[in-house]
Amino acid sequence: MPSDAASIYRYSRERLGPSLRLTADTIREVARRRSALWGGIMLCVIFLTSLLFPLFYHVDPLAQDLLARFVPPAWLEGGSMSHPLGTDNLGRDVLARILYGSRISLVVGFSAVLLGELVGIVLGLVSGYYGGKLDSLIMRTADIFMAYPFMLLTISVIAVLGNSMFNLILVLGISDWTIYARTIRGSVLSLKEKEFVEAARAAGTKNLSIITRHIFPNVISPLLVLGTLRVASIIIWESGLSFLGMGVPPPTPSWGRMLADGRMYISDAWWLVTLPGLAIMCTILSINLLGDGLRDALDPRLRNVGN
Amino acid sequence: MLRYLLKRLWHTVYVVIGISAISFFFIHLSGDPVMLMLPADASMQEVEQLRQKLGFNDPLYVQYGRFVSKAVRGDFGESLYYHVPAMELIVERLPASLELSFTAMLLALLVAVPIGIISAIHRGSALDMGSMLAALFGLSMPHFWLGIMFIMIFSVKLGWLPTSGRGTPAQLIMPSVALALGLMAMFARLTRSVMLEVLSLDYIRTARAKGLREFFVIGKHALKNALIPLVTVAGMQFGLLIGGTVIIETVFAWPGVGRLVVQAIFNRDYPLVQCIVLILALIFVAVNLVVDILYIYLDPRISFLEDK
Repeated sequence: MPSDAASIYRYSRERLGPSLRLTADTIREVARRRSALWGGIMLCVIFLTSLLFPLFYHVDPLAQDLLARFVPPAWLEGGSMSHPLGTDNLGRDVLARILYGSRISLVVGFSAVLLGELVGIVLGLVSGYYGGKLDSLIMRTADIFMAYPFMLLTISVIAVLGNSMFNLILVLGISDWTIYARTIRGSVLSLKEKEFVEAARAAGTKNLSIITRHIFPNVISPLLVLGTLRVASIIIWESGLSFLGMGVPPPTPSWGRMLADGRMYISDAWWLVTLPGLAIMCTILSINLLGDGLRDALDPRLRNVGN
Repeated sequence: MLRYLLKRLWHTVYVVIGISAISFFFIHLSGDPVMLMLPADASMQEVEQLRQKLGFNDPLYVQYGRFVSKAVRGDFGESLYYHVPAMELIVERLPASLELSFTAMLLALLVAVPIGIISAIHRGSALDMGSMLAALFGLSMPHFWLGIMFIMIFSVKLGWLPTSGRGTPAQLIMPSVALALGLMAMFARLTRSVMLEVLSLDYIRTARAKGLREFFVIGKHALKNALIPLVTVAGMQFGLLIGGTVIIETVFAWPGVGRLVVQAIFNRDYPLVQCIVLILALIFVAVNLVVDILYIYLDPRISFLEDK
């Protein structure tokens, strides 16, 4: 191994330096795990369906038909192909509502995680890299956030701000930043001592550039793993908030609200409480399968966190 | 050891101060409770009088100071909706929530830890695969949906269990199992992965080489170290659980603080929400403090390293 700073720097840029290692190799590594592959495929199917369903399913999720209330799914007696998964108490098409609800869950889940990661990345990098008073301040704030019951935090903020999709994403995203900030801070602390960072510093690289070009690329894989698993938790919690009436406001169909509405008719119309729940379960299952696979492939150290 | 304890105590103090400040300021941004307390046709003068009387006209930091000085003396204000001290309502409801959380936690640990251990020992067996698949499903189901499914199957269809309420053991079954299944899945996975890690360590090989019976190797040597992460996660989850019963209490009409807080939020009952959040956060912090103290026994390295 070369000894002077400049060539260590060059060497590390070539050998260990930043590269987005989420390349064909990674994908192959993930796909080698059969359960992760299935999770990925399932999630792709869910994504594509939620994106493209207006092309082949034209029923309005809000259209009421009081003459066709509580129509059971098509495979049951009394069901018809015009409402494949039946209708609800106002005669609205359940399939259309589930399809539409998938957009809400996916958009809220992924946007909230992106927002949380954004805040967490910045604070985690700053905290870990600069250390000192700033680090203590950020980490003490994180401690306080973590002790504040997450559910109560989101509920009380939603109660203050009012319920809209934007507020939902904001609240769920912001209250989640601590997990990312702590993970990243931990990684940065150990990366900071690595030779290639030291070499970059010796070569006169500016701090900002060290953080963005040398440190950040190396924390992408734990972020990806953690983020994927968090999407699952956020979607479950979004549906919980919707269930309590604090999600996306009506009449927009969301899975949680469908469950809350269907609960009144539990003895007459089992499909109203069963099907939206199955939709949530399939989505979360696919994300968890994929997340587990990503974790095993990219970062076995994370095995105990996330869920 | 003393240093470690002092450090943890200091941690607890600033977290409590931070939490009380956050909950105070959040709740006070949410609109004017005076409008909700008076009839719709109240005159501006009446509104102003009540605001003055309740101190809503003072600057926020003055109101916060008053809140803290009263709180330290055990006075958490009066519920605007029920017109009784907020603390009284919580003390009345807390046992129900604790009962539910505690049962769920106990159930989850009792089932999950043995499953995790057995899965780790027989890695790759049908039992391992089966229980890990089940755990994956358990993690993927929202617990409130599970609760609704239970009601549909066991109450509506089969008529075995009561749909809601609290009082008899039969009423505790469905909410606690619904709450426990997710935790069970999490603990089983955690126990398994920690056990796998521990079982691959040298001291376990040494213990086996000494000829110790497998039962002792697993039960005494391996489990002791595997317990450390398990206790952390279980402690944290228990703290979260007490606040996390919000939805399941709504599903089963369980008379705990979770339902109380949802109603309080809808009623804009500031002092009550504030008090509930504070109490739940305090419980969370207290549970974590207990866990930190437990560490000293579980992991002697901690007091050793801290004192150095």
